Amino acid sequence: MALPKYTEPHYRIWHYTYIFICTCVFFFLIAPLFVIFPLSFNAEEFLSFSEGMKNLDPDAFSLRWYKDMIYGTKNPWGLAAKNSFIIAIFATLGSVLLGTVAALGLSSRHMPYKGLIMATLISPMIVPLIISGVAIFFFMAKAGLAATHTGIVLAHIILGTPFVVITVTATLSGFDHSVTRAASSLGSDPVNTFMKITLPLILPGVISGGLFAFVTSFDEVVVVLFLAGLENTTIPIQMWTGLREQLSPTILAVATCLIILSTLILVTAELLRRRSERLRGINR
Amino acid sequence: MSSETEKILTTDGIPLEVSLKKAERKNKIKAFLLVAPLLFFLLITYIFPIGDMLMRSVDDKMVTEMLPKTFKSMEKWDGNEMPPEEVFEAFYLDFQKLVEEKRDGKLSTQLNYTKNGFKSILKKLRRKAKNFEEGNYKDQIMAVHKRWADVEYWRAIKRRAPAFTSAKYLKGMDMYKNEEGEIVSVEEDRRIHRVLWLRTLEIAFFVTLLCFLMAYPIAHLLATLPMKYSNLLMICVLLPFWTSLLVRTASWMILLQQQGVVNDFFVMIGLVADDNRPEMMYNKTGTYVAMTQILLPFMVLPLYSVMKTISPSLMRAGKSLGGTPFVTFWKVYFPLTIPGIGAGCLLVFILAIGYYITPALVGGASGTLISNQIAFHMKSTLDWSFASAMGLMLLAGVLAIYWVYNKLVGIDNIKLG
Repeated sequence: MALPKYTEPHYRIWHYTYIFICTCVFFFLIAPLFVIFPLSFNAEEFLSFSEGMKNLDPDAFSLRWYKDMIYGTKNPWGLAAKNSFIIAIFATLGSVLLGTVAALGLSSRHMPYKGLIMATLISPMIVPLIISGVAIFFFMAKAGLAATHTGIVLAHIILGTPFVVITVTATLSGFDHSVTRAASSLGSDPVNTFMKITLPLILPGVISGGLFAFVTSFDEVVVVLFLAGLENTTIPIQMWTGLREQLSPTILAVATCLIILSTLILVTAELLRRRSERLRGINR
Repeated sequence: MSSETEKILTTDGIPLEVSLKKAERKNKIKAFLLVAPLLFFLLITYIFPIGDMLMRSVDDKMVTEMLPKTFKSMEKWDGNEMPPEEVFEAFYLDFQKLVEEKRDGKLSTQLNYTKNGFKSILKKLRRKAKNFEEGNYKDQIMAVHKRWADVEYWRAIKRRAPAFTSAKYLKGMDMYKNEEGEIVSVEEDRRIHRVLWLRTLEIAFFVTLLCFLMAYPIAHLLATLPMKYSNLLMICVLLPFWTSLLVRTASWMILLQQQGVVNDFFVMIGLVADDNRPEMMYNKTGTYVAMTQILLPFMVLPLYSVMKTISPSLMRAGKSLGGTPFVTFWKVYFPLTIPGIGAGCLLVFILAIGYYITPALVGGASGTLISNQIAFHMKSTLDWSFASAMGLMLLAGVLAIYWVYNKLVGIDNIKLG
């Protein structure tokens, strides 16, 4: 963004103001996440920087809260993490399966009432979460699935499918249907065609939809708050309870782990996005 | 056409038109069968339960079912004078049945909602009714308590006859039906729900505005910088986007608390005195700051994706035709970004209007929104029909916003990611 030499002074001033504003906004976006890192290594029980930390005294830092997170007897983080992963994995599988199949149907030009059906399928994304929570709770209570893993997995499938439907239909919009016709004309049955031709081509869209579904489930707290019993506690629920009752540094240790996890997901999602953009670029 | 020319036949001898239609229908069914599993799954677990919320919110069958004979005999009563003997007899029979089934407590709670004072007189009636003689129930009931001889109380019972009620919706707007059946507002100082609705709209509006003002410059920077720099900066937007909502809220709680980093910083630069640290959390300020940061990526991403498609030569053309940078921006660049602005604002506004977690954690009493009220009634007061009614009012608002947006910009103009 170097300015040419002939730039007039007041544009020069405006330009640097603009850069300054942008820097401030970027700082506002990212800085809060980095406060958690150092504080999670605090040797003391406070949630602010101690004098020792400010002077970079090695004794002021410790892994105390990480130990507490893993070995702490009162801490239900182990159970919560186990539940969170089990629920998120099954919810992702369910969402990807239902969502991909539905997206295939929706992208067909023969699909009747496309607009209406699409609106229905993505409605869980549009409706405010609190309303979805109430509605899903009423269903699960009637079906006897409240406070069960099954109930929570089903709820997260509801919330996760719209992302899969959207990403897969987007991938299919650039899809050349003549390749599947070619496969059929060469004697391949539809299932075989799908597995060998269509799926490998739309895989980036499927995986990125799956990532969205995974994160949605892993991070979901509103609906789980209505549905979960003591046995089904998840990481978000534990964080929610912890933040409401007392802010202990153990939460920061958990939060640091979650930030590392989201960084991994971000990198995967970015790589996938670039790959699918490259593929679409070749198609054009 | 087909009547004039000879019909084209396929090799099986079926007219081509028929054969084509058949194939079309087959394809339609195939496409539908693919969508069907998800569609039915969502209909059963999601769409019908929202309908169930609607039923619950207007449902008032409880009293109707508890006093079936009474309401039947009341049909002929005009409500001006005391009801006739047959109403009293029917009421006595219904009530005795409820006492036998031990459901009279529920009745007294319900009737007490309609008019205060039912609780004690029903209790009294229950005690006295054991010794009632057959016949002339009117005098016997009226003798139990003077309120039973008051026509107002019988009118109150009659008001509960319909199986459906709009009372929960009126309550959500701080209104109620008075004894004459007119819809009136509650007293000024008890209008808690209107305050909440207005606050929800206000916070959603200003959060959207703040997000827009902050997102526009950085989206523009990201779209105009060379790839290698913009990819790096994009992480600043995407990392918060992928990070858990609770983690981000937790970091704001640490930053904004009284002994927190922001206050420490203010003290350090001498903006505030050490013993006079401002309260930045558990109020509206906390809600504004945290929600703006959390929703900002949802504004940046659609803006960025639209700005990315705007060719830089357009700006150069504008400048070469004599426009100052400001004029070219305003006349050329800005109008082209409107679809992105629309999508971002819609997304942020709708997310903000239904926000629950962040306001509940950093909002305190003055920063909570309508969602918190819904959750409160779901979990604490267990008034599920009221929670349903408020949820549906919120949903109606959200759908109205979509509708208006669709009329103004067109939903197809939305660009996401």
